[in-house]
Amino acid sequence: MGVFENVSTYGAQVDSLYLLVLIVTGVAFFLVEGVLIYFLIRYRHREGHRAMYTHGNRRVEIVWTVIPGFMLFGLAVYQYSAWTQIKIDRPNEAEAVVLSLEAEQFEWYAAYPGSDGELGTDDDIGSPVNVIHVPVNQPVIIRLTARDVLHSFFVPVLRIKQDAIPGTTIPVWFEATQPGEYEIVCAELCGLGHYRMRAFLTVESETEFQAWLAEMAAR
Amino acid sequence: MSKQKATPSHDGNVAHDGAHAHEHPPLSFWRKYVFSTDHKVIGIQFLFTALFFFTLGGLLALLIRTQLAWPWEEIPVIGSLFYAESGGIMLPENYLALMTMHGTIMIFFFIIPVLSGAFGNFLIPLMIGARDMAFPVLNMLSYWVIVPAFLVLLAAFFVEGGPPAAGWTSYAPLSALPDMVPGSGTGQTLWLVSLILVGTSSIMGAINYITTIVMLRAKGLTMFRLPMTIWALFITAVLVTLATPVLASALIMLLLDRTIGTHFFLPDGGGHPVMWQHIFWFYSHPAVYIMILPAMGMASDIIACFARKPLFGYRPMVYSIMAIAGLGFIVWGHHMFVSGMNPTLGLAFMTSTMMIALPSAIKTFNWLGTIWRGDLHLTAPMFNALAFVSTFVIGGLSGVFAAATPVDIFIQDTYWIVGHIHYVLFGGSLFGVFAAIQYWFPKMFGRMMDDRLGKWHFFLTFISFNLVFFPMFILGAYGMPRRVADPYEYQLFAPLQPLNQFMTISAYVLGASQLILGYNFIWALVRGPKAAQNPWYANTLEWVAPSPPPHGNFETIPVVYRGPYEYASPLVTADYLPQHQQLDGLEPAVETKPVQKTAISPASR
Amino acid sequence: MPLRRIYLWMLCLGIIMLLVVACGGGDEGASAGGDEAGSGGGGDVTEVDPATAGKISGKVNFEGTAPEPELIDMSAEATCSEKYPDGAYTEKVVVNDNGTLANVFVYVKSGLEGKTFAPPSEAAVLDQVDCHYIPHVLGVQTNQPVVIRNSDPFLHNIHPQPQNSRPFNIGQPKQGMETEKTFPAAEIMIPVGCDVHGWMAAYIGVVDHPYFAVTGSDGSFELPNLPPGDYTIEAWHEEYGVQEMNVTVGEQQSATADFTFRGT
Repeated sequence: MGVFENVSTYGAQVDSLYLLVLIVTGVAFFLVEGVLIYFLIRYRHREGHRAMYTHGNRRVEIVWTVIPGFMLFGLAVYQYSAWTQIKIDRPNEAEAVVLSLEAEQFEWYAAYPGSDGELGTDDDIGSPVNVIHVPVNQPVIIRLTARDVLHSFFVPVLRIKQDAIPGTTIPVWFEATQPGEYEIVCAELCGLGHYRMRAFLTVESETEFQAWLAEMAAR
Repeated sequence: MSKQKATPSHDGNVAHDGAHAHEHPPLSFWRKYVFSTDHKVIGIQFLFTALFFFTLGGLLALLIRTQLAWPWEEIPVIGSLFYAESGGIMLPENYLALMTMHGTIMIFFFIIPVLSGAFGNFLIPLMIGARDMAFPVLNMLSYWVIVPAFLVLLAAFFVEGGPPAAGWTSYAPLSALPDMVPGSGTGQTLWLVSLILVGTSSIMGAINYITTIVMLRAKGLTMFRLPMTIWALFITAVLVTLATPVLASALIMLLLDRTIGTHFFLPDGGGHPVMWQHIFWFYSHPAVYIMILPAMGMASDIIACFARKPLFGYRPMVYSIMAIAGLGFIVWGHHMFVSGMNPTLGLAFMTSTMMIALPSAIKTFNWLGTIWRGDLHLTAPMFNALAFVSTFVIGGLSGVFAAATPVDIFIQDTYWIVGHIHYVLFGGSLFGVFAAIQYWFPKMFGRMMDDRLGKWHFFLTFISFNLVFFPMFILGAYGMPRRVADPYEYQLFAPLQPLNQFMTISAYVLGASQLILGYNFIWALVRGPKAAQNPWYANTLEWVAPSPPPHGNFETIPVVYRGPYEYASPLVTADYLPQHQQLDGLEPAVETKPVQKTAISPASR
Repeated sequence: MPLRRIYLWMLCLGIIMLLVVACGGGDEGASAGGDEAGSGGGGDVTEVDPATAGKISGKVNFEGTAPEPELIDMSAEATCSEKYPDGAYTEKVVVNDNGTLANVFVYVKSGLEGKTFAPPSEAAVLDQVDCHYIPHVLGVQTNQPVVIRNSDPFLHNIHPQPQNSRPFNIGQPKQGMETEKTFPAAEIMIPVGCDVHGWMAAYIGVVDHPYFAVTGSDGSFELPNLPPGDYTIEAWHEEYGVQEMNVTVGEQQSATADFTFRGT
């Protein structure tokens, strides 16, 4: 994260949360390990030296319970809105491009609604295997499912991942901000071809997208 | 086994006086050494079996690393031995079988048996001043139930289709349908049977430990005078008793789905794959605490001993272990944030998971408090115990990222998680085991391991361990998925191959370093110097018994007068004050900083 | 015996177990179905007398309209789609220029009762090239070695679904890899597919004698070296089903059998 480009509207939020956790844990890491190493050197055994006889300190215990406790709880609550936005709330289907995506050992099958505007009807437009096209700067909702075992739809540059479950359809939404061709990774062990269950997401302008859809419909 | 009742002196802690409390007909070789009911023998049986599986699991890991460094290349020696049919290269299904068996073996056949089975068995009666467990025959059975489990799992390597290949987590439907991956045939069934047996063994042991600790403590040994090792083993046993039956039911349901046509986890027929995950993780999350709490307890005792200082915050430490165990039951959903579970649960599990970091943090601060102003004797066990703390911290902090659900969307099922689990399990539990082996070896075998060899082993292991596993967080931040036999097929991950090669070389060094420990262990068994009764000048009761303790442990059961951490006590001139030592109350108090030579002199060569 | 020595023995036992697993584990994953050596037939191998042997030959004609070939979009596998600049098409119905049908599996269905034939030692080859199988239809004899080769620089998996033998599923991640299998039971026909490239399809016909052929680009077939007798031969096509014909072969006779499949 930050390692690749982020081409998703909510990606920046995810990246900044990662950074926040990195800073908090980084400070904790350097503090704790630094103190540990310092103590190792400072208090190593020397002749004639005796350890301090103490069983603890109640005040210190309270401090280092309460402060981390609040920080951890705060960290959790702080992230509620990002999670809600990505996984719970969804754009209105009427305003989004909707497609179905079915995963099966070891390929991805996408389909778009045809002229009737409904998915799951005879005039659905099938996408070539392992290929998905979406328009840029428009919300996209994928109805994700699997045909045999668990798979997982993971697009690193979009910061989205969702397991695909046979027998269940799960809506996944994103909005891509930059055209390009991006790899889709299967992120749930699904058999011997799991390592190669790769698909390609093409993000393009609305015109190009419609042209592509028309070409697929003609086939 | 019905002879049990005829020899009452074997029934637990019947009070005995006198030099040798056992008059019974001499036992046959089989009853004495193979089907022994002596907790020490059983503990050592668990230890050796677990170490065998540690070696096997480690070798499997090296094969995994080899594939990740040079995918589809001919493997020298091993390739012609095991993969001759495919020209010496590993096939994708072999890779999946390797990582499944690596995880299964390390978790169920190494870490849990070594912590609870080996050290739990060996230490509990000794540390509480009992002659044996409350149920010695049940104890013997708990080992001999796990032996068929081992054999069944080993058999999975040899059956048609090979070992299971659905991961140690064995998600349905991949594991429920017999033809979804090679290995999901007989191999998967054997896996299920084996784990049901392991679970049975664990529960048998746990019942024994709880009863023994509650009922058989020596006089004066109140619960809050117990060493942390015992508290940890006690709470772990409670976890085992409550959680393992849930695993057993999941395994049985999966077995039924595979054999008689039920549909618990199969959607055709009304089942739901995610239900497997819920039931599995309801056990497996407490399981990870089963895998770390005993090590935490042992590290506490070892650190206090070699810091020559009382444990800082004994009661908070005890309550923290209870909090970890209790909270451990309400966090399982953090393994399932992207699984298709109701996303509102994601908010709940994120909160509980963030909070479970708190008791671990408290424990870390208390360990630091223990070494603060201590008198640190940096022996091999001490180094390993401190490494436990430092790497467990990294493991725990990396877990905070995974607890942050929006971040977890990205890092779930990537190498971030693999790095996290290995820092807490290898860095945590395993360094704890290394510390415990070297610390209690004198008591177990009456000999001393070589401390200098121990330090060599430690430093090589610690450095190469970090070189293998820390880069996994980098891989995870790149999104490199786990369980993928060749990630470089993706343009996204192709640049990561050099880093993976570096990690693999480090893994070879890590593996080779364990030979030092193995050599040290065996050498000490054969030729090590004889150990004194209390070579570390420690306070706890196991050091009252001879090294090694005879059948029955103690000539006279000790009486306890104080807690286990009275190091540097002002009441005595020595820097330690054992729990059982009687003071006549007339000894003058001594200032806390006398000019005194402390008594530790670990054997070194 | 002191306890310590017992522990040393246990340690030795553990090391021996480790070695046993290491050496015995050589079968790990290797025996994934389909490669048990068959019993090689119960009786003596039949000797065919060349002085009396005849043959059956013929053509498989096609009448009517062939269906439109289906386009395969391989754009997700760039290495393959580049090889088909004019497009890749399924091979379900391949009509030759001379009006004959390719990929028809012709074999002797009955008439060889009581005779056993040794499987040839020469292997039949199924190759995966540019994301399709060569050949599309393969005939083999029971227990004849079948070499499955991956000539593409990425993963294919061989996933045949026989009814009469054990199915198997083997990954072939590396270019040039070969896997050898045998089919111990006769079957018409075993579908073969790749789960990574779902459009790939091939069929393997397994018979327990050597009298089978697959029509090629000229639509013809030949079943030579046949002992004289009355036979039923069958022609199988994946879209148009099967057709039978009774043929009598006299001594040194070359009998003709032509089939005609009709398109819709």
